[in-house]
Amino acid sequence: MSEDKRTIVRVIGVTKTFTMGKMEVQALKGVDLEIFSGEYVSIMGPSGSGKSTLFNMIGGLDKPSDGKVFIDEVDISQLDAYELAWLRNRKIGYIFQTFNLIPVMTALENVTLPMTFAGMNADDAQDKGIELLKLVGLGDRFQHKPLELSGGQQQRVAVARSLANDPSIILADEPTGNLDLSTGEEIIELLQMLSSERGVTIISATHDYKMLNVSDRVVWVRDGMVDRVERREELDISIGGIGEKLTGHRLNGDGA
Amino acid sequence: MSASDPIMDRPDERIDRLITLPFAKSLEISFKSLRVRFFRSMITISSLVLAVSFLAFVLVNLDVASGLLQQGGAKAARTLLAAGYDVNLEQGVVAMSAKERWIVILSLLVCTVGIINAQLMSVTERFSEIGVMKCLGALDSMIVRLFMLEAAMQGLVGAVAGAVLGCIFSLLAGWIRFGAQAVGYVSLADVFGSVGIAVLAGCILSLVGVLYPALLAARMAPINAIRAEH
Repeated sequence: MSEDKRTIVRVIGVTKTFTMGKMEVQALKGVDLEIFSGEYVSIMGPSGSGKSTLFNMIGGLDKPSDGKVFIDEVDISQLDAYELAWLRNRKIGYIFQTFNLIPVMTALENVTLPMTFAGMNADDAQDKGIELLKLVGLGDRFQHKPLELSGGQQQRVAVARSLANDPSIILADEPTGNLDLSTGEEIIELLQMLSSERGVTIISATHDYKMLNVSDRVVWVRDGMVDRVERREELDISIGGIGEKLTGHRLNGDGA
Repeated sequence: MSASDPIMDRPDERIDRLITLPFAKSLEISFKSLRVRFFRSMITISSLVLAVSFLAFVLVNLDVASGLLQQGGAKAARTLLAAGYDVNLEQGVVAMSAKERWIVILSLLVCTVGIINAQLMSVTERFSEIGVMKCLGALDSMIVRLFMLEAAMQGLVGAVAGAVLGCIFSLLAGWIRFGAQAVGYVSLADVFGSVGIAVLAGCILSLVGVLYPALLAARMAPINAIRAEH
């Protein structure tokens, strides 16, 4: 549903090798990917497939051993620490599996922290923070500390926080990983609303197949490479099919 | 940075083009962090209080002895010698013995090591918090600043408390040992000077102790911090 197919993230020939003691593990073996502005992309794959590693590359949290990652046509390996911080503050919003809210701050303070880094004055930041918390349904809980909020509520605060500086990309790493079924669904609904109403590009790495219904495209990662990329219309959402894609081997006794 | 850098071209009147953390805000964040970890801060401060109070005790002792010597002359000198002080009658000064000097230095060193340990623990248990702040766009220098402000606040409180305690104990001890004239003869300027030195020493120790842990925190890569299991 995006009229302009502007590429916002471009991954070219990215490989990543981890050295664990004496062993070298190749987490990514050459990945090429293009993500368009306003899309909702889910990166899916079994554990150990390299999807988290790929996700970290896209988010600028880790550097590839080889290959390049371009965000808005800028090679992020060429950015210095200052520009990288600017990127994380303004351009990208992060959502994590373990919520990662700062425990000593209230929900409102958590949401307005990125705005403080961006130099917004306190009153504007407070107003915008409350507005964002209302958007995620926590308008009356802004004085609560993370300890006083349930898992689902904490994740909503995290979603509000990721929107603090109107980023163009939201990166969600297993956003529903620590949530139960219904709470997870609420969060996915929230993310979908962001994608359709605000035109934010959403990239999530996930195991959760509830995410498939709302994704524009799904990138299946397996063994450090992109297995296939499917658009929503092409997805084969049958139980057996999903099982195979998520675990990497057939369910009906064919071995692997 | 190139002139036409797409990443930097997002004009918005309400925000700057830079990443900033106003000093007042850092102060607020550091203060709140300390307040929440009150008990842990108390433990860190208590070692500082002890060491600084010892330093203040020793310094004010010397001031009391000097005061006595200046007002009391030869008779006072004999009393002081008997009490174990190192007296130089012609010049009218009382000096710290080498042994005493070493003990003071040692206690300050032990205190610093304790502070380094406590601050390392504090940094380690806040790994993921630091990582998240970096993901939100915090610069390394901001992280260092937050930790140093915390250490400065702890240092100030601990040093002042310790110096005042040490001074009071010293004056009391002087009263008990040499009588009320000890407190009467002591020069107020000297005492203030000694307390000032003790407070300064305490603050410096606190800042020195946090330096290495803070640098460690600043250099952390956000991804390691977020994934840290502890």
